[in-house]
Amino acid sequence: MLVVAGIVGFPFIKTIYTSLFNAPLIAYTRKAEWVGFENFIYAFINPSFMGGVFHTIYFSLLSISLNILLGVLTAMLLNQKFFGRAFVRTLVILPWALPTVVNAVLWRWIYNPTYGALNALLTQLHIIQNYRDWLGSAGLSTMTMVVLADTWKNYPLVTILVLAGLQMIPKEIYEAVKVDGANWWNTFWRITLPGVRPALLVALVLKTIDGLRVFDIVYLMTAGGPASATKTISFYVYQEAFGFLRLGQASAFSVINVTIIFVFVIFYIKFIRSEGISG
Amino acid sequence: MRRSSYYRHKILKLIFIYFFVILLIASIIAPFFWLIVSSLASLKDLVAKPLHWIPRHLNLERYREIFLGQIGISFRYALRNSILVALLSTSVSFVLSLLAAYSLSRFPGKYRSNILYVMLATYMMPPVAILLSLYIMLRQIHLVNTIWGLSIVYCSFLTPFLTWILKGFIDTIPKEIEEAATIDGANRILILLRIVIPVAIPGIIAAVLLGVLMSWDEFFYALIFTSTNKAITLPVAIAQFTKRHSIDYGMMAAGGVVAALPPIILAVLLQRYLIQGLTSGSVKG
Repeated sequence: MLVVAGIVGFPFIKTIYTSLFNAPLIAYTRKAEWVGFENFIYAFINPSFMGGVFHTIYFSLLSISLNILLGVLTAMLLNQKFFGRAFVRTLVILPWALPTVVNAVLWRWIYNPTYGALNALLTQLHIIQNYRDWLGSAGLSTMTMVVLADTWKNYPLVTILVLAGLQMIPKEIYEAVKVDGANWWNTFWRITLPGVRPALLVALVLKTIDGLRVFDIVYLMTAGGPASATKTISFYVYQEAFGFLRLGQASAFSVINVTIIFVFVIFYIKFIRSEGISG
Repeated sequence: MRRSSYYRHKILKLIFIYFFVILLIASIIAPFFWLIVSSLASLKDLVAKPLHWIPRHLNLERYREIFLGQIGISFRYALRNSILVALLSTSVSFVLSLLAAYSLSRFPGKYRSNILYVMLATYMMPPVAILLSLYIMLRQIHLVNTIWGLSIVYCSFLTPFLTWILKGFIDTIPKEIEEAATIDGANRILILLRIVIPVAIPGIIAAVLLGVLMSWDEFFYALIFTSTNKAITLPVAIAQFTKRHSIDYGMMAAGGVVAALPPIILAVLLQRYLIQGLTSGSVKG
């Protein structure tokens, strides 16, 4: 306990403290001076950082929806009886076990504008006419492509969680409602969904946290570009601290990042408590 | 009449299921297939237009380069560092979290559930929030760019996570077994070693496996805290390699395959424990 508190708690308090200073990374060149909330005010009037907040929220919302949607659909599929089910259940774990770095490098190669497999595939299927630079647009489409690569690796976790929830629903219930004449849609809303609710909530919390603090895959696939189109909050922290060596400003950015995550998580906890843990 | 429509319905459902199963399999296998092909195919095949899906020339040249050649030197150091950091950080946090999980599960206390919330809160904390101060702390004790320093940092996120998983397993062990042993005169440590650990073996395998996978995969801390062959881990080595030789995609793919094999083999061999571990905390809510 003490170790964890020491390694995580103390640095965070130090970070909050540093965020109130104009501190350079290399301390002996210049002394840190007290600037109060100036770093925070700068963050809120800085359009590129606010763009980073927007990119982070866009990444999170898109990846949460895709993860949950694909996770639930594949879990329901894997809960059916079919030939080779055990094999496919093992197969689903593979992308999740792939290291994030390898995943990022792999998808950057697949998306490659001149030699990429995605371009080749889509051209040979006559879906697109010319090769495209999938990670080259300054709009949101580049971020969307990053989210797709990230989702391919990560949604199996949701599948595993939801599948475990599905297996806990007794078969007898399905047979009983069938006798009562309930259709597929009703069965899904009244029985399947409530049965996997706890698993879905856990997946939702995990994916929200992962999304709001995303760094690795963006750094590796696009390095924030093109033209800052994929910079997220944590990317700005990294850039301020290790690019511009402005420790105080970086700390202020990271305090804002933690605050956003806390707001979401507290909202979820309130939501879970108000509905009762029974779910 | 009714029977034939029943069968038609059943056959349609089967076609529906198999269609999506094949789609799922293809969507999972295709990127892996391309990674492996890219690592083996000659550069000529990789840049051909239209693309050769099945390469004409296959060779193991890139793997030889990684394990024996000049370009692979830092990769081999990184492989060693990754293994050491994974083992070191997982074993330290395993001991800590086993003790923590056992006491959280067995001893009564008013703040027990709060402590678990604190542990979960540490997971919420994004690495960027504590990174800068950690960096300064590590610099003060001269552990920046060392395997030891990185392992200590990894313990900070592994310990709460492993505690959470282990507590889930220990909660399911009936207290009565331990009470019987207490009457026979065994103390707490003896009970933990002789009774709890043997019963909790699946949980322990799951926890250790997840610990190794997480530290193998970690990139952000490693990027900041390590910089030379002495301490860089595989993810950092691959990222550096991509920056330096960004033209040689085949080499990147080969490095990726080598880095991906250990976690994938572990996950497949121990998937039963992995799934138990991942779902133990969540399904109960």
